[in-house]
Amino acid sequence: MCLGIPGQLVEVYQKDDLPMGKADFGGVVKEVCLAYTPEAQPGQYVLVHVGFAISVIDETEAGEIFSMLAQMESLAESEATEPMNEPPPSSPLPQQSISGPEG
Amino acid sequence: MVLLGRFMPMKYVDEYRNPQVVRQLAEQMRRLVSRPWQIMEICGGQTHAIMRFSLDTLLPVEITLIHGPGCPVCVTPVEIVDRAIWLAGQPGVILCSFGDMLRVPGTQKDLLTVKSEGGDVRVVYSPLDAVRLAQKEPDREVVFFAIGFETTAPANAMAVRLAKQWGLRNFSVLAAHVLVPPAMEAVLQAPGSKVDGFLAAGHVCTVMGLEGYRRIATKYRKPIVVTGFEPVDILRGIFCCVRQLEQGRHEVENAYARSVRAKGNLLAQRQIEEVFQLADRKWRGMGVIPASGLELRPAYAQFDAVRRFGLERISAEEPTECIAGQVLQGLKRPYECPLFARQCTPEHPRGAPMVSAEGACAAYYRYRPGRPADGPK
Repeated sequence: MCLGIPGQLVEVYQKDDLPMGKADFGGVVKEVCLAYTPEAQPGQYVLVHVGFAISVIDETEAGEIFSMLAQMESLAESEATEPMNEPPPSSPLPQQSISGPEG
Repeated sequence: MVLLGRFMPMKYVDEYRNPQVVRQLAEQMRRLVSRPWQIMEICGGQTHAIMRFSLDTLLPVEITLIHGPGCPVCVTPVEIVDRAIWLAGQPGVILCSFGDMLRVPGTQKDLLTVKSEGGDVRVVYSPLDAVRLAQKEPDREVVFFAIGFETTAPANAMAVRLAKQWGLRNFSVLAAHVLVPPAMEAVLQAPGSKVDGFLAAGHVCTVMGLEGYRRIATKYRKPIVVTGFEPVDILRGIFCCVRQLEQGRHEVENAYARSVRAKGNLLAQRQIEEVFQLADRKWRGMGVIPASGLELRPAYAQFDAVRRFGLERISAEEPTECIAGQVLQGLKRPYECPLFARQCTPEHPRGAPMVSAEGACAAYYRYRPGRPADGPK
């Protein structure tokens, strides 16, 4: 019910006194209401729920989990190639690395 | 949903379903966990994803997921469903609803049956469709069945605001809005509650922000991690929750920052605030929870279908054999219900959690049909 689908805005316009736009969801283009994300611009991704955009996706935050995991991967590889190193700690993740900041 | 069967890649969806990343997160969790923990995912959308992608089977044995009450279709009491069914059978009325509600059993029948008997029941994609229909059909009474959590409230509030702005006299809403934080407290206060930490619903928090959860995290000393709906999001949320539990912390943590801002969406909150006010609400199988719902403010009372059609007189008791209330509070698993997969199936549902795709019973029926022995822990 709280389903939210990310779609890329392709155009923005006014209709019935409301900011509206068209968003592309993997090839399906639908009209979305931008009353709650009036700052959204064509090219940006918005998260859409029952025809309303409720947020603009933050691209930097979106990639953060993957760069963090990639760092861990390369760390693990370098440890594997240096057998004389100390064994890896039980939790190699830095405290704040896996979740984003609150805001 | 329109997107099923798509062939095009979808950014911000596909990369969060990468099995390799999911496995990496599960492996990190295995290194971290030292003792049993029970984590409740609040949102039915997350329950569905967990079952669909078998995410629970990837977790270390110490971690058990408990499914929460976050499915608005499931928690809407029979009484409100009966009111919608009565409305849909009235001549001159068009009842607009999200598709999920059509098969929820009322006391006698469901909305789909009313439709087959000639009632004008229409499925809408957005509340805006309902208010535009009222504008187009001035001689008909258009009633929108406004269910949903905080995620849906801004959209439903906008429909009411527009109806007022456009001077519509033939539009009303049957409001059945519910709020997440009071339900979390009800779960924590229920006798036998086993929850050590929560995954909070990312789209509810996209609208409302994090503030409403801090008091609960502090008062009950439970970590609350806000997360999304894709496999990588859910595993990451569980990881963050387990890490807090292992470190003895109980904070509100945002693991869905690509959509959730600390203060939420202020424009959406303002619109909810303008149209709705807090109200006590009855939840299916859980009884009345104080200040756990939204009702129209007096300034918008002319759009209240209960008032317009005198629906207070329609009341109903929940069917006694269905254990939806205990399932929704995480106290029992769907297969512990004597009706599950026997008298109660998605084709012939006896309780609402078997209807909605996000209901725990429907998710178990579809992905783990009646096999508790090799089912989830």
